[in-house]
Amino acid sequence: MEISVTVNGETRTGDVEPRTLLVYWLRDDLRLTGTNIGCDTSSCGACTVHVNGESVKSCTMLAVQADGEDILTIEGLAPSEDELHPMQEAFRQNHGLQCGYCTPGMVMAAVSLLEENPDPSERDVRLGLEGNLCRCTGYHNIVKSVLACAAGETAA
Amino acid sequence: MIPAAFDYVRAGSAEEAIALLGEHGDEAKLLAGGHSLLPMMKLRLAVPSVLVDIGRVSDLSYINDGGDHIAVGALTRHRALETSELLAAECPLLGHVAGEVGDPQVRHRGTIGGSLAHSDPASDLPAAVLALGGSLVAQGPNGSREISAGDFFTGYFESALADDEMLTEIRVPKAPGSGWNYQKFNRRAQDWAIVGAAAVTVNGGTNVALVNMGSVPLRASAVEAALAGGASAADAAEQAAEGTDAPTDLNATPDYRNHLARVLTRRALEAAGVS
Repeated sequence: MEISVTVNGETRTGDVEPRTLLVYWLRDDLRLTGTNIGCDTSSCGACTVHVNGESVKSCTMLAVQADGEDILTIEGLAPSEDELHPMQEAFRQNHGLQCGYCTPGMVMAAVSLLEENPDPSERDVRLGLEGNLCRCTGYHNIVKSVLACAAGETAA
Repeated sequence: MIPAAFDYVRAGSAEEAIALLGEHGDEAKLLAGGHSLLPMMKLRLAVPSVLVDIGRVSDLSYINDGGDHIAVGALTRHRALETSELLAAECPLLGHVAGEVGDPQVRHRGTIGGSLAHSDPASDLPAAVLALGGSLVAQGPNGSREISAGDFFTGYFESALADDEMLTEIRVPKAPGSGWNYQKFNRRAQDWAIVGAAAVTVNGGTNVALVNMGSVPLRASAVEAALAGGASAADAAEQAAEGTDAPTDLNATPDYRNHLARVLTRRALEAAGVS
């Protein structure tokens, strides 16, 4: 089936099998491999992207469901090649990652979280990231990063 | 994990979806937010040959004041329920329970109708709809019918919906100012309830619903009868496992679930202001 999706601001088209999951289309067809596949069971959040501005697990959405929608992946987050998004900068400054595998999903979930709640408490951040697992268990600095970004400490 | 191959058709309206269901019979499944169905299809526990995508039927996404009740369109996403001011004022239990489903990503996509039609005995929303004494509107080729929540869940992942019917609306009585609470016990924040208990005071009585205590979500009728007979919340909660058939799985034995049902029911009743 032909689909046309806005991905990181560009119109991307493709011919996909209906059963193709969005994450596989992004990674295998568009070569946007920043979005990771972790558990593949809607649990870990490594595959989080934004659909029309909201965080979504791209392993639990068909590419055909994204037809006509606006997708943002980790590759489209930074304002330019030389600049990080404030959330990425916050993760960098606060050591919000260890192995880095969960990071793209964490960052995308965190950006969506702050759009819904720009001034979260620590509890709000922990609950807001309940859909993202870090197997290094580095949650402490991840939460610190999100709070730092919310406080504007890393504004680009 | 990739689902088995299927034909994909998009319905532009409830009528079109129902016609497609009629055409394809039990080989077809409706796809709403996909957060119950797609995981099962990836595990090949569900292998529909036709998926009818109703995700673009936008006129079924609403939360309306229906006078004595709140009417919720079946394609309303959990996030919209969770943040609805109307629900917070008139029926806070439903909005709160919607906020307990999965995690933010799941709530951005999952819909109330999809969750209820899926009839997973462990999912959260049935607890609210049952405890509130809500009803569900099913539309078929010959019109609509209203099914009470107590009659809707008929078996393990089975509902009263016929193969050519679609859930279009959920109605819950207004319960402003009532006491209410939902207790959900799980290991990870995003998980299904190992046991969940909802309590709400309505019309001078108290309703209690349990999830993951049998093949269907159910009302704790022994608890409700004990409360109606004058028992204290603590004493009534001791009856929580009566009439249930708790499942066993990696997380819990039936005995442990029975214990959880009693403890969570007591906590829910006390938090709802029932003493």
